[in-house]
Amino acid sequence: MLLSITSLSKSFVGTKALQGVDFELAAGEVHALLGENGAGKSTLIKCMTGAYKRDAGEIRLDGVSIDPSSTAEAQALGIGTVYQEVNLLPNLTVAQNLTFGREPRRFGFVDARAQRTQARAMLEPYGLDIDVDRDLGAYSVAIRQIIAIARAVALSGKVLILDEPTASLDAAEVRMLFTIVRKLRAEGLGIIFVSHFLDQVFAICDRVTVLRNGRKIVTEKTADLDRVRLISHMLGRDLEEAAHEHRKHTEAGDDQRGPLLTFEAIGRAGMIEPFDLAVGKGEVIGLAGLLGSGRTESAELLFGVRTSDSGSASDQHGRIAHGSPREAIAAGFGFAPEDRKVDGIIAELSVRENIILALQAKRGWMSKISRQEQDALAERYIGRLDIRTSSADKPIGELSGGNQQKVVLARWLAMNPRFLILDEPTRGIDVGAHAEIVRLIQEITKTGMAVLVISSELEELVAVCDRVIVVRDRRHVTELAGADISTDAIVRAIAQPEAA
Amino acid sequence: MRRSLQRITPQLLTLAALVALVTLFFPNFISISYDGTRFVGPIVDVLKRSAPVALLAVGMTLVIATRGIDLSVGTVMAIAGAVAAYAITSGFGLPATLALALLAGLAAGLWNGCLVALIGIQPIVATLILMTAGRGIAQLITEGRILTFSNNDFAFIGSGTVYGIPFPTILWLATAILVAALMRRTALGLLIEATGINRAASALAGVNATVILIAVYMASGFCAALAGIVATADIRGADANNAGLWLELDAILAVVIGGNSLLGGRFSIAGAMIGALIIQTINTGIVLAGFPSEYNLVIKAGLVLVILVMQSPNLSADWFYLKTLISEQRTARAERKEAS
Repeated sequence: MLLSITSLSKSFVGTKALQGVDFELAAGEVHALLGENGAGKSTLIKCMTGAYKRDAGEIRLDGVSIDPSSTAEAQALGIGTVYQEVNLLPNLTVAQNLTFGREPRRFGFVDARAQRTQARAMLEPYGLDIDVDRDLGAYSVAIRQIIAIARAVALSGKVLILDEPTASLDAAEVRMLFTIVRKLRAEGLGIIFVSHFLDQVFAICDRVTVLRNGRKIVTEKTADLDRVRLISHMLGRDLEEAAHEHRKHTEAGDDQRGPLLTFEAIGRAGMIEPFDLAVGKGEVIGLAGLLGSGRTESAELLFGVRTSDSGSASDQHGRIAHGSPREAIAAGFGFAPEDRKVDGIIAELSVRENIILALQAKRGWMSKISRQEQDALAERYIGRLDIRTSSADKPIGELSGGNQQKVVLARWLAMNPRFLILDEPTRGIDVGAHAEIVRLIQEITKTGMAVLVISSELEELVAVCDRVIVVRDRRHVTELAGADISTDAIVRAIAQPEAA
Repeated sequence: MRRSLQRITPQLLTLAALVALVTLFFPNFISISYDGTRFVGPIVDVLKRSAPVALLAVGMTLVIATRGIDLSVGTVMAIAGAVAAYAITSGFGLPATLALALLAGLAAGLWNGCLVALIGIQPIVATLILMTAGRGIAQLITEGRILTFSNNDFAFIGSGTVYGIPFPTILWLATAILVAALMRRTALGLLIEATGINRAASALAGVNATVILIAVYMASGFCAALAGIVATADIRGADANNAGLWLELDAILAVVIGGNSLLGGRFSIAGAMIGALIIQTINTGIVLAGFPSEYNLVIKAGLVLVILVMQSPNLSADWFYLKTLISEQRTARAERKEAS
C-alpha cells in the first residue's frame, strides 16, 4: 500500500471529528472520499497534510510511519494537495507560481529564463501550452487547477489529494481534468478525490470510502456499488428501528390541526426552482436531499434571508410579507441556521443574552427586557431544554455544540413562533443531545407550532416528520407522507432520476 | 455597577499610577485652588483639555463596538467648527449656530454609515474618504481663512465655567454619562454588541444591523461635531487646516486604552473616558515635568506602549502562568520538606 492510515482519531473542543478511521490508498488508484458536511473528510485530509496534529493512530507512507507537522513537510514527504479554491498566488506569473520556493538561481539571483523553461517543461505533460509569463489570475479556474496539480505532482509525486476540484468547473473542463487524473493514475500516483458529485465519483474512482459522523462507514470498489447503496451509506440508515418511533400523527388531537401557512411558487434563479409548500398546524415537515441539492436554499427563501424571485406567502388572514428576516420574524417565523457558529450564536455574549436577542430585537431597542425578565427567561429555557452551563452569564462560545444549539432553539422558542425552520439541528452534536433535540421537536409541535426540519440524517427525518419533501438538483422532486416515509423510500427518491 | 467598575479597574490603576508619576516630577500637579471665579490647577486643566478627545472617544467607542472604526472624526470637528464659525459670523443666533454645526456632524455620520452599512465598504476605507475630503469641505466653508468671531455666548462653550468648573469638562462628562445611560438603560448596548460580534447571526435573529451601523456612525459624527464646537469656541475661531488634526488617532487610542477591543463586541464608555484622561495626563504631565518639548512625542509613545503591554491579554496569561508556577514550586518545596 502506498498510503495506509490506521485508527486515526482527532478531537476538537466538544466534538470528536474523527474516531478510529482507517483508510488505504494504493499506487495507481483514484480513491473517492465521501461524506456529508461534518462527516470528517476535511479533518482527515488536514491530518494527512500536516495542517492538524492527530490525537491517535498512524499514517504510513510507503510503509514508513510519518507525522508531518506542516503542509510543507507533507509535500516534501510526497503528499500534495489541490484545493477547490486554488492555493496559489494569482498576482504572480504562472512560472513564478510553478517554481515558487525552489526558483532556479544563478549567482544568487532568480534565473528568469531557466524558470520559464522549467515551468514550460512542467506543464508540457498536461498538454497545456500557455504563456507562463502572464499572471496566474489571468487564467480560468480550470487552468489554474491544472497548474496547481502540476506543481503538486512535481513537488510531491506520490499522493495527490484533490479537494472538491470540480466544484467550479463546467462539463468540458471536468473532462479535461479527468483526462489528466487518468494519466497520473497510469503513472502510478495515488489520488484521493473528494467531491459531492456522485456521477463524477462513479466516472473516475476505483474505490470509495464513506465517512459519517467522524467514523469510517465503508470502503468498497466503485464497480460493486450502486447509487442507492452509496447514498444510504452517506446518509445512514443503520438504525432502522428508529422508524418504529414514527410519529402517530393521525392519532394526534384534531383541535390543533388545520392549515397554517401557504407558500406558492417560492423560488430564485440559480438557487432553487419555484416550489409550493403548504404548512399545517403542528406539522413537522422534513426536507431531505444531498448537500448542495437546494435544501438550505429553500429554507433561506422561506425566511427571507434571500428574496424570492416570485411567489407569495399567505395565512388565513391573507398575504404575509417575508422578504427579510425581520419581516419573517414579524410573521411568526423562526430560523435556526445550518452553520451554528457562523450564523447562529453570538459567541462572546452570554447564554442569557443569546436567548433573549431575537425577542429584544422584535420588541425594539427602546423597550429593554428587564433584567428580571431576562433572568426568568434564561432560567426557564435552561431548565426546559436542559442546557448544561455553569451559569446563564457564561459566554455561549464556551459551551459544547449541542448546548449551543439548544440555546439557539431557546432563542426562537422564547418568541413562540408559529413556524420554526431548523437547518441541520443535530449536526456535530453528541448522541445524547441529539436525542433530546429530536424529542423537543416532537414536544413543541403539540402546541400547534409547525416545524420544518432539514437534515442529512434520514432516521431523524423518519422519526420526527409527518411529511418528507425530497430535494434533488435544485428541485423539490417528491413528497412522502405518513406510512410511506422510510429511509429506503427517501434514499430511492434521492438516487433515482425518475421520481419513485 | 460593581461589575462595570471591576472592568475598568486596570484603567483606573494606570491613571492613578500616571498621576503619581507626574506628581513625582512636578509636586504641584495635584494642587487645586479657587481663585474666586474658577478652580485652577493642572488637574483642572487636564479635565478641560481632554474634552475634545473624550467627546470623540464616546462616539468612537460605539463605532469600534460594531467592529468598525471612524477615521473621519478629526475632519468632522473641522467641518463642524467651520460651519459654527460661519453661522455665528453671518449673524445666526447661538441656538441656530449650534443646531447647524451638529447637523453637519450628523450628516457626515450618515454618509459614513451609508458607505459602511449599505454599500459594504470596509469602515477604515469608507471613513478615510471623508477624512481626506472633509478638510477641503471645511476650507471651502471658511474660504481658506481662519474664521474668527467675537460672540461671548459661543466662546463660553469653550472657555466658560459653571460653579467654577470649566464648561467643556461638564459637556464631555454629561455626554459620556448620557450616552452610557442610553446604551445600558435601553437595549441599544446589547444590539450594538451583538452586531459587532456577529452581524450575520444578529441579522438572522431580527436585529436591524443596517440601521444600528448607520446610527453608530451618526452618533460618532454628532460627538465629533460637539468636539469641533468646543475647539472652535475655545480659540474663538475656525481653523480648517488644524482643528482636530490627528485627533482621530488619539480618540482611537483612548478607546483602546480603555480596554475596548478593535474586534468589536463588549464595550465600555467609562473605560474610554479614562483612556482620554490618561492621554491628556501624559500630554500635560510631560510639559509640566519640565522635559524639553522635543521629547514629548517620544515619551508619550513610550508610555502608551507600556500601558498597552501591561493591559495585553497575552501578558495577563503570562502573569497567571507565573503565579501558578511560583505557587507550584512553593507546594513542591513544602512537600519535599515534609518528606525529609
